[in-house]
Amino acid sequence: MTALAPPGARTAIPSPVAGSGRSASFAWMALPALIVFVAFGVVPLLGVVGLSFTTWDGLGAITPSGLTSWTAVLTDPGLPHALWVTFLVMALSWLVQTPISLLIGVFVAGHQRYRALLAVLFFVPLLLSSAAIAITYKALLDPNFGLGAGLGIPLLQQDWLGQANLALGVVVFVVSWQFIPFHSLIYQGGVRQIPRSMYEAAELDGAGRVRQFFAITLPQLKYTIIASSTLILVGSLTYFDLIFVLTGGGPADATTTLAVDMYKRGFQANLMGPASAIAVILVLVGLALALLMRRVGGSDSTASQLEGT
Amino acid sequence: MAVPLAGSALAACGTSGPSQAGAGGGGAAAPSSGGATYWYLSGQPSEGVRTNALNRFNQANPNDQIQGTTFQNDAYKTRIRTAVGANQAPTIIWGWGGGTLRSYVQAGQVEDLTSWFDQNAAVKSRLFSSAFAPATVNGKIYAMPAETVQPIVLYWNKRVFQKVGAQPPQSWGDIMSLVPKFNAAGVAPFSLGGQSRWTNMMWLEFLFDRVGGSEVFQAVADGQQGAWSNPAAIDALTKVQDLVKADGFIKGFSSITADSNADLALLYTDKAAMMLHGSWTYGTMSSDGGDFVSGGNLGYMNFPPVEGGKGDPTATTGNPAQYLSISSKATDAQKETAKKFFATGVLTDAEIQDWIGTGGVPIVNGADAKLTGSKDADFLNFVYGVASKAKSFPQSWDQALSPTAAEKLLDNISRLFQLSITPQQFADSMNGVIGQ
Repeated sequence: MTALAPPGARTAIPSPVAGSGRSASFAWMALPALIVFVAFGVVPLLGVVGLSFTTWDGLGAITPSGLTSWTAVLTDPGLPHALWVTFLVMALSWLVQTPISLLIGVFVAGHQRYRALLAVLFFVPLLLSSAAIAITYKALLDPNFGLGAGLGIPLLQQDWLGQANLALGVVVFVVSWQFIPFHSLIYQGGVRQIPRSMYEAAELDGAGRVRQFFAITLPQLKYTIIASSTLILVGSLTYFDLIFVLTGGGPADATTTLAVDMYKRGFQANLMGPASAIAVILVLVGLALALLMRRVGGSDSTASQLEGT
Repeated sequence: MAVPLAGSALAACGTSGPSQAGAGGGGAAAPSSGGATYWYLSGQPSEGVRTNALNRFNQANPNDQIQGTTFQNDAYKTRIRTAVGANQAPTIIWGWGGGTLRSYVQAGQVEDLTSWFDQNAAVKSRLFSSAFAPATVNGKIYAMPAETVQPIVLYWNKRVFQKVGAQPPQSWGDIMSLVPKFNAAGVAPFSLGGQSRWTNMMWLEFLFDRVGGSEVFQAVADGQQGAWSNPAAIDALTKVQDLVKADGFIKGFSSITADSNADLALLYTDKAAMMLHGSWTYGTMSSDGGDFVSGGNLGYMNFPPVEGGKGDPTATTGNPAQYLSISSKATDAQKETAKKFFATGVLTDAEIQDWIGTGGVPIVNGADAKLTGSKDADFLNFVYGVASKAKSFPQSWDQALSPTAAEKLLDNISRLFQLSITPQQFADSMNGVIGQ
């Protein structure tokens, strides 16, 4: 904690008498969330860890088989490939989404009325279900009956989902198209939190729009950027539905991310053991990422951003 | 942290719930009281035929009611497996036989019907005998064949053939020499919905059979070590890659899915000259293709022989039938109701007429006598002829193999058609899952 104690810390210095009673009531309030988390988060997770040491086809008896599933998964050349594809989707999604969401967020944070209207329009992709988006894009990208063929534009008439690199690019594009509105919304909220007075002071000092953006907006949004980036990175790790409907992980395994690989092994090949092993790997990578993002954000993320600026 | 993502994922799943049909209402499929339950596939026109057959049985047997529930195809595959694994299966399990049925049998989840068929020989003898192979596991029958026979057919577009001045292929050599001819005319030689993977598989099924005979794949199904390395198999795999390299398939075929029917549209819009596909696509082409089918522009034939191949040119492949099994977890009363349905409610004369009306050929011996008078009589007679004269009629590979091996197969087929693996690598990879 810094010298300037955040509001939360003040309640931690209560009178000795009221202290125990108050913390007891707080603990009680956390109970429903804890129960739900344990029942739907921790228990299934333990189940998955347990299943990863068994052999099960989803039908017959579950037979413990030690490390068989783990050896099968870890020696499969498909695993490093799936990890690489997952990393590519993650990194490319972040690279595409962050700058665009940031700019749109700053833009729609303005209070002009036309911007409010645009903000509503920008938000539309987020309202659609991923499956619907995937089916729509699949139809639009069809090489013979899609947009390119319909409009007669040869540039758009590519084998979009049939060539490895193109298919990966399409996945990143569609994922970004879907989630940029959400992250713009986060940035819009972040920008509106920045005190007007800072911009007024900068204007008096003669700073232009661009200078204001880099000297005030961007530094002030540091924690918003970290929050949004965490959502993008951890989110794309488990991203499944759109990819599955759009490409089915193909062509061959070009867009098979860890999550798609897990589903294919578990529910198409009926190998629940190896699928559970991949699920455990997903959890570990996700946890590591989330921790890393907290580290990047610094441990004092509750501190005020205003001081020292 | 990924709450918004998870939320949208859940929303995406909300569209394929079950819907009730048939008698009664109430709970889905919990094995309750005397009433039997029956899960089957939705999607017209087949859904209507199934529902009608069920309703007729329920009306005729007020004391033996069966409650039906329909599911969309892909959702059903995972749903039924989960239900069977959790001992929550319906009394009557609709399925594709083959590898999936074998996994039910190994888990002790379905009834052995062998002795019932012995006692009711008439039920068995009226159906195509080829339909029983995928229902048989280790010499015992675990499912009642039902519905229609669906061989894979080589369709060709007469308009395009006439324009280019070509004749339908009589051999594999003809196919390879037609390819440059159509490409030069700006028409794709073959339409293919390659993203669906099983569409590509149909090519391998025929090439394996025509090059090496039905025993090549039978060895795989029987779990013989190294069966995929058979020289005939390597030859067939090489031939299909030759066709891909010669631009035999429409440009961008890996982007095309079969579920959107874009592959059929390519044929009936004259963008492709030929297509290898199931007989079930005939109905869609005649309803969606304008006057393409009614105007007599659709040609069809069995897959031609390969020069020097050992396969019998009458052999075909596809779906010999669909299958109904009885859950071993059902009560005795429910099992009796189900058997009564098999004996008196499945493929009745009325249901046979319904199937013919949808452009399907029921798996009943002598059904050809009823085909005359149908507007699709020519095609139906052709399908009946192929199915009844076939020297062998193995089931589609992805249904015949266990789900584990089938997934590996489809994955490798997709790579083979991408030319990202060689025939030898394909064989090596597939040999690894033989017998699984």
